[in-house]
Amino acid sequence: MDWATKWEKFLSTMESEYFQKLLLDGLSNTVKVAVLGLIIGIFIGTLIAVVKVAPKYKLFSRILDKICSVYVALFRGTPMVVQLLLAYYVMLPSLGVKEVNSLTVGIIVFGMNSGAYVSEIMRGGINSVDVGQMEAGRAMGLSYSTTMTKIVIPQAIKNILPTLGNEFITLIKETSVLSFITVYDLYTALSTIGSKNYEKMVPYLVMAVIYIVLVLLITLGVRLIENAFAKSDKNATEKTQEKENA
Amino acid sequence: MTSIEITPILEVKNLTKTFGNHTVLKGIDLTVNSGDVIAIIGPSGCGKSTFLRCLNCMEDPSGGTILFRGENLVDMKVDINKHRQHIGMVFQQFNLFNNKTVLENITLAPVHVQKTELNKKKCKNFFIRLKNLFKKEKTPLEEIDVTLAEIKAKAEEKAFELLKKVGLEDKANVYPSTLSGGQKQRIAIIRALAMEPDVMLFDEPTSALDPEMVGEVLKVMTELAKDGMTMVVVTHEMGFAKEVADRIIFMSEGVIKEENTPDEFFSNPKDERLKDFLSKVL
Repeated sequence: MDWATKWEKFLSTMESEYFQKLLLDGLSNTVKVAVLGLIIGIFIGTLIAVVKVAPKYKLFSRILDKICSVYVALFRGTPMVVQLLLAYYVMLPSLGVKEVNSLTVGIIVFGMNSGAYVSEIMRGGINSVDVGQMEAGRAMGLSYSTTMTKIVIPQAIKNILPTLGNEFITLIKETSVLSFITVYDLYTALSTIGSKNYEKMVPYLVMAVIYIVLVLLITLGVRLIENAFAKSDKNATEKTQEKENA
Repeated sequence: MTSIEITPILEVKNLTKTFGNHTVLKGIDLTVNSGDVIAIIGPSGCGKSTFLRCLNCMEDPSGGTILFRGENLVDMKVDINKHRQHIGMVFQQFNLFNNKTVLENITLAPVHVQKTELNKKKCKNFFIRLKNLFKKEKTPLEEIDVTLAEIKAKAEEKAFELLKKVGLEDKANVYPSTLSGGQKQRIAIIRALAMEPDVMLFDEPTSALDPEMVGEVLKVMTELAKDGMTMVVVTHEMGFAKEVADRIIFMSEGVIKEENTPDEFFSNPKDERLKDFLSKVL
């Protein structure tokens, strides 16, 4: 196998501005879908999690709880590809929607899918916060929602940051199925580049390297955020370490 | 002696609480007058903490009435948040907000409450202005005499004043996890005080503390009582109950067995269960 020639071929393909743009577009679409998907996912997930942990005195909250359960079951029960296909080729045409940007569809489906997973992560996070925090807020006359948003959820997010990072990584890698609904993502871009002169080995390797770099960057980012969050119990961890050392 | 008009702040009548099939409170009556310091003691599991938590509906009572400033808190229609703003509570486990600094812990609730009121007024004014566009006779706007910055500044000033009172003004900008138990509990007390409550509820405030830290918290509470704060204290500190309380209540098996002044309570207990209890703890 002649790697040198293959590499030459790849480089010569990449010299054309068209393919450079293709690669950058693919990369930016991949990142866009993952980042916006995660943001939508955190939003939806937090809403569902709060509905799930809220006390269910009223009929309304019980109905809401059931709706959320069905939502989570649907989105966790089907593969992402199926959801994308259903949204783009079944739902939109049957609703009579034409000329919709496939990237937007991708972002929304990724967001809704991620919301189902984040809801369970967030529920665990909220449950991991001491009930006393909620009680203290309520005892001072703050409402349930105020205490939740100002006290409990910030602490919950701090607890679940590593898991959220995991979810983000999953999303980034899952974007490779976006090509099913004609979105130009990283996979489509490099695949097209490879098709130029029927030489796909190097492009696929490059694709793997780009994904790894992306994931490493996320890992680093999550760690930085974790450190920033950890300032509120820095001394506490130091103390426990001292105790362990002693 | 001039007769001061004594008004009950809290009036509890026939309060009951059941968890499933288990009845914890079996009809409790209690009147708390302004300035009263009431200590509640009793064996563990007798329902004294539950009773205290029922007073501000942290546990929803199953029956009976709690009149606070003339309104029945047991009624589900009452806006409980409004009333809780006037009932301070201090917990056994301190429950300081871990994601907030000490100063934020103290100012959070007062600022939030006033901010909500301010926003409500602003919202109202907006609609009045909107209506005024179509009316000849202009409706006057609601008066807004404070800004958010002023509210915050005032709350912080008060927070520092309170911090000074308990000798922790140098801890204003640290996170709770860096404090000792005694410091945490003192902060928790002034956090409740920052809301300027009419009555303070203490749920075993010293039970989770190291013995050497109990004193500093009790000192703050004693000063508070001297300043005339109305307090209901669930405690195991017999010394504190004897020195500071105006009345002591002994609870057992979900009922009040004895209610008396400290002197009578300790020197001349009448109830058999209380005699037994005192012989064990004193």
